[in-house]
Amino acid sequence: MIEFNDLKEIVFLIEKQYGYDFSDYSRASMLRRINRFMEISNMGSVVDLKYELINNSVNFNTFLNEIVVNVSEFFRDPSFFKSLKTNVFPYLESYPKINIWSAGCSFGEETYSLAILLKELDLLHKSRLYATDISSNAIEKSKKGIYSNKSFKEYSNNYFSCGGKESLNEYFISDGKKSIINSDLKKEILFTRHNLVADGVFKECQLILCRNVLIYFNEDLQDKVLNLFYDSLPIHGFLALGKKETLRFSSVFDKFKEIDSTEKIYQKIK
Amino acid sequence: MEMIIIGGSAGSFSIILSILKGLDKKVQTPIVVILHRLKNVDSSLEKHLQLHSHYKVKEAEDKEIVKKGHLYTVPANYHLLLEENRHLSLDSSELINYSRPSIDVTFESFSTVLKEKCSGILLSGSNHDGARGLKLIAENGGKSIVQDCNEAEFDVMPKAAIRIYEHHKVLTLNNIIKNLNEESYGY
Ligand SMILES: C[S@@+](CC[C@H](N)C(=O)[O-])C[C@H]1O[C@@H](n2cnc3c(N)ncnc32)[C@H](O)[C@@H]1O
Repeated sequence: MIEFNDLKEIVFLIEKQYGYDFSDYSRASMLRRINRFMEISNMGSVVDLKYELINNSVNFNTFLNEIVVNVSEFFRDPSFFKSLKTNVFPYLESYPKINIWSAGCSFGEETYSLAILLKELDLLHKSRLYATDISSNAIEKSKKGIYSNKSFKEYSNNYFSCGGKESLNEYFISDGKKSIINSDLKKEILFTRHNLVADGVFKECQLILCRNVLIYFNEDLQDKVLNLFYDSLPIHGFLALGKKETLRFSSVFDKFKEIDSTEKIYQKIK
Repeated sequence: MEMIIIGGSAGSFSIILSILKGLDKKVQTPIVVILHRLKNVDSSLEKHLQLHSHYKVKEAEDKEIVKKGHLYTVPANYHLLLEENRHLSLDSSELINYSRPSIDVTFESFSTVLKEKCSGILLSGSNHDGARGLKLIAENGGKSIVQDCNEAEFDVMPKAAIRIYEHHKVLTLNNIIKNLNEESYGY
């Protein structure tokens, strides 16, 4: 177990050794994730942890995956995807080419959910989805698009709650244990590494999704990243945050119009 | 006491209402309520609690500062953590004990920050969530209270807590209220 006052040194060590800057992440979450990692890997003290970080770079990937919280779902918050359908896509339809950025895409669940929606609306062929994450492991997994069947029932329920017309299985090839996403859904998606803390504007996109990522940042970093999104949007472009995240306290708040206050969808107006 | 954290599951809702009704108006210590809730269902939990409380009841928002006289509920599908600067943080990571929010996660996070300055209260429920966190609260010098198993509608949760740590205060509803009124009086 480590304590709050060990955090600074650990964060410093990670930055020096591996170049990742976690200094503006939520300290409460960092502490919990690091202690969780230590518990899972049977590490007792802060000395053990430091030793591992310095001497075992192989294990750093496991560490990183535990720290960044890659937890996601297909059609997480069905009401959100419903709102995209009614409030955002009709507007984007008029563009000849639709660019979408899914930032903090985890293992691709959110991105493939979007692709399925776009396909059902007959928009996928003129869309380009850019899906990014800090974790290279997450990007690799996203590209493969293989998911355990364990949560499929839940995903299926989500899909139906947001108005899905087919059966979610239609979009996968499954065996007893795993399902792999159909390759035609992958065609318009580019999965690539991008670190919201360190990297700049990625690509101008008419819709940016960044859901359940900002809660892991402190207020300063939240604001910095929201400015990055502002810079990445054309005028009238849309920004979608997680259900419990908000623009309200950020410096760009008055440059956006609230499109759906429950689902946290905003439109850039100036 | 700087904060009171109440966790409960099946059978705990009416108990929480009674606690709120029974609290002396002078008690202003911030309260956090972690209730296992249904996924993707917007319930009117906050409205119900507000009807019975002199506290301002609200759902916890990410990075908001904890204030006196406020009662915070935890949104469905999120865990609730406490930062050292007394800001609340939401967390959408794995379910713990099949639950999100998990009582253990919040008890542990708050106890780590507040040490002896928090009270944890674990009520009726039918799983083991909260036991581990309440033990940490006790070990960190905070006050740990478990609802009397004979009174709890579902005793799995209080029993689990007592099984792994036997020195919790075991109290009936009336005594929980009395205890809170006496010890947080005028804080
Ligand atoms: C909880 S998941 C959210 C997944 C999905 N957006 C959702 O809402 O279900 C958070 C994701 O953010 C990623 N992340 C954390 N810090 C990041 C950073 N600095 N830059 C880019 N992605 C980051 C994590 O790797 C993780 O995959």
